[in-house]
Amino acid sequence: MLQAVVAFESRIMENIIEEVTGSDYKYGFVTHVETDTIEKGLSEETIRAISAKKGEPEWLLEFRLKAYRKWLTMKMPRWAQLDIPEIDYQDIVYYAAPKQKAGKDWKDVDPELKKTFDKLGIPLTEQMALSGVAVDAVMDSVSVKTTFQETLAERGVIFCSFSEAVKNHPDLVKKYLGTVVPYADNYFAALNSAVFSDGSFVYIPKGVRCPMELSTYFRINAQNTGQFERTLIVADEEAYVSYLEGCTAPQRDENQLHAAIVEIIVEKNAEVKYSTVQNWYPGDKEGKGGIYNFVTKRGICRGENARLTWAQVETGSAITWKYPSTILKGDNSVSEFYSVAVTNNYQQADTGTKMIHIGNNTRSRIVSKGISAGYSSNSYRGKVKVVKGCKGARNYSQCDSLLLGDKCGAHTFPYLEIEDSSAQVEHEATTSKIGEDQIFYCNQRGISTEDAVGLIIKGYAGDVLNKMPMEFAVEAQKLLQISLEGSIG
Amino acid sequence: MNDLEKINADFAALFEAGYEQLQAGCGMGMNAVRKAAFEHFKAAGGVPQGKEEYVYANLVPVFGRDYNVVLRYIRQDVDLNEIFHCAVTDLVTDPILTVNGWWFDGNLQPELPEEVVICSLQEASLRYPDLFLKYYNRNVPAAAKDGLASLNTAFAQDGVFIYVPDEVVLERPLQIINLLRAKGDLMAFQRNLVILGRHAKATLLVCDHTLSKQSFLVNNATEIFLEDNAHLDYYQVQNQYLGASQINSVLVSEGKNANFDSTLVTLYGGFIRNNFYVALNDEGAETGLYGIYISDKNQVVDNFSYIDHVSPRCRSNEHFKGVLDDAATANFSGCIRVRPDAQKTEAYQANNNLLISDTARVNSKPQLVIDADDVKCSHGATVGQIDEEAMFYLRSRGIGLEEARMMMMFGFAHDIIQRVKLDPLREQIDMLVEKRLRGELSKCYNCMMQCRK
Repeated sequence: MLQAVVAFESRIMENIIEEVTGSDYKYGFVTHVETDTIEKGLSEETIRAISAKKGEPEWLLEFRLKAYRKWLTMKMPRWAQLDIPEIDYQDIVYYAAPKQKAGKDWKDVDPELKKTFDKLGIPLTEQMALSGVAVDAVMDSVSVKTTFQETLAERGVIFCSFSEAVKNHPDLVKKYLGTVVPYADNYFAALNSAVFSDGSFVYIPKGVRCPMELSTYFRINAQNTGQFERTLIVADEEAYVSYLEGCTAPQRDENQLHAAIVEIIVEKNAEVKYSTVQNWYPGDKEGKGGIYNFVTKRGICRGENARLTWAQVETGSAITWKYPSTILKGDNSVSEFYSVAVTNNYQQADTGTKMIHIGNNTRSRIVSKGISAGYSSNSYRGKVKVVKGCKGARNYSQCDSLLLGDKCGAHTFPYLEIEDSSAQVEHEATTSKIGEDQIFYCNQRGISTEDAVGLIIKGYAGDVLNKMPMEFAVEAQKLLQISLEGSIG
Repeated sequence: MNDLEKINADFAALFEAGYEQLQAGCGMGMNAVRKAAFEHFKAAGGVPQGKEEYVYANLVPVFGRDYNVVLRYIRQDVDLNEIFHCAVTDLVTDPILTVNGWWFDGNLQPELPEEVVICSLQEASLRYPDLFLKYYNRNVPAAAKDGLASLNTAFAQDGVFIYVPDEVVLERPLQIINLLRAKGDLMAFQRNLVILGRHAKATLLVCDHTLSKQSFLVNNATEIFLEDNAHLDYYQVQNQYLGASQINSVLVSEGKNANFDSTLVTLYGGFIRNNFYVALNDEGAETGLYGIYISDKNQVVDNFSYIDHVSPRCRSNEHFKGVLDDAATANFSGCIRVRPDAQKTEAYQANNNLLISDTARVNSKPQLVIDADDVKCSHGATVGQIDEEAMFYLRSRGIGLEEARMMMMFGFAHDIIQRVKLDPLREQIDMLVEKRLRGELSKCYNCMMQCRK
């Protein structure tokens, strides 16, 4: 009898697995808009061409060229628990822009583009003002449309594409660009600094509480292109902003490269919340295609009492290499990092954070939840560093891994570097699968295995999802369900 | 040529020039693998500087001195009575001495069951070629990334060989006492091979001492094989002086239901690196790695462990604790590897550090690499100070500041020490640790026994 029950159970499991693996990536469509691209390949000429297309000032071209020259001397990082195939950097198109007439008006935007963002459910039109989120939509290399700019401008908030910022606020860009992630920081940061195309720029002036959530939506559309966007967020003293980032890409057989940089500057008493739902195309069930997501994200709490919160839900990308970090420079500054990383099929993720404690009484908290299924590999890699002379630093890290299936891997690589005796640093991690007793408990109470798994995962990831802004939490939860539900084996 | 290249070049020159001499007196089993081992050392990049496994250890100053290397045994006058007259009287062990990595020729043959073999590694390599073929250098490839274990294989000429056949249980602990004594700065290599047959049981106590004030660099490797159901309790007490550097590799391979239980007490030494590679090769194998390190001045203690869960249903438990004063540095790096089919694994790992000075530093790197789903694994690491509430509790009961601190530190350390199963040894270690915490031990650079005179 017992055996029969077990057999029945496992059949349910199989069904669920089929259901899940059968569920397609629903953002895999391609938009047919005319695209303005440059030739494949990377050279100083390419960079000059990009810069010229964007009509950039001389200093920015210099910045790009310096980065490119540095990049040539650097080597691809191989330390991560990732199997990254050789990338042919000459086989990538570094600039692709949907052709459209210049203009701020929504009615000027190519209807195909509009359709795309409608399909993605991105509230680009002012009619959707009810959702109350200002959006900057970036397609391939350029920003397509930024909403609510006028409303925000009334409060002095600058929210625009990076290119616009270079034109309209060159002083601000010049003052902050590269101050948190220098162009020579790492291989992909150097590459981005050389060829970055567009991205978002946010400046919240002194004492302003940004009245709405700001959001950027990134989409890779054209074939053979790489996307290299750059985001710069500055919160001046006593300012507050909550910023969301989302992304998708079409389903293609070849891999596409995405190497972005996010820099965040948080001044005295200011607060920035940065949330990401990363849903790049993860490749198919056999691990073919998908986006390589090699991103450098870093923020600095420059002044006293500054606060920076990272929240991320990572479900997409074939390979993820991403470590949103915070430099806690101002005294009493606080940073938090909440992450759920899900890998399925042949996805690989090596992600985590760095907390660098410099200021006195700085506090940081890391909560990372990894979920791996299929043949995937999911690693947490994080560093907590307390420099000499930093008094009263406090860190708490918790990194849990959940394994769904016996062919996947979950790895934890924390680094604790403590140079001051007044620091209190704690790290703990667990790895396990969903307990049969937990499922049994739910079953007994009439909850199906499928729902039980969903429930347990929801509870498991709850700590992180609760930190997401409301608009995102819903999307994030849906994503989790699609990526995982039932893939327990 | 930078310092590291120079060190590596020196090793290459030494290996070439001394190759003939290295072989003298050693059996085929040892000599046949030397060249390949040295090639591996070179291929791994020589002395591991900046490598992930050694990321916090700066080996260039350790290897960069001008050491003498002695490629033949030099007779030493060590008076056994002199060393042992003050030893723990309650603890009766069978002592085995090595001097500068060589088997001491005045060793007495302990009274043991007939089939048990305890002799010098050289002698064993000549007399038991079959055992050698089966076991020698089998574990080192597991530590493939570690060039220093290969370096040991290339240069090692002697050490201790212990063979406990099937079903034999040794009542008395075996005690290996590694002595260092030289007139000039010395680099020494020592290789031990310990084999426990099926259902065999033994206790091994290893003590490291320095008898003279020269600079030493010891590269010590101990290969341990535990056949099915074998059980080894392993204790190591490292008590040297600031000028002594030690690379100590313990490479363990376990069969079905075997158990390797190790407690490491690091009291004193300039630079100490401990490598534990444990492979749980068959079902039900178990290992416990425990360690306490107490460091001050500018000492460096670097503990590294790699526990490889190859088979299902194995258990490992790891706990290292340390107290750090002055400008001492402690590095902890532990990796639990669970292979794809090693289901039902249970693995725990913890590292706690107590910082009692502003200039001490800790780098902790507890890692989990898990490729099986039905496992229970966890790790934790903490760095902190003495609990103020507990201090207040003690102070409010009239205990002085210094004494209260001592009690707290001692309690912290005792957590590990209480695992020592031999009562007299535990008491001895408790006593040593207390002395060490009070700073009395550091005044005496000699071995722990002489401190009691």
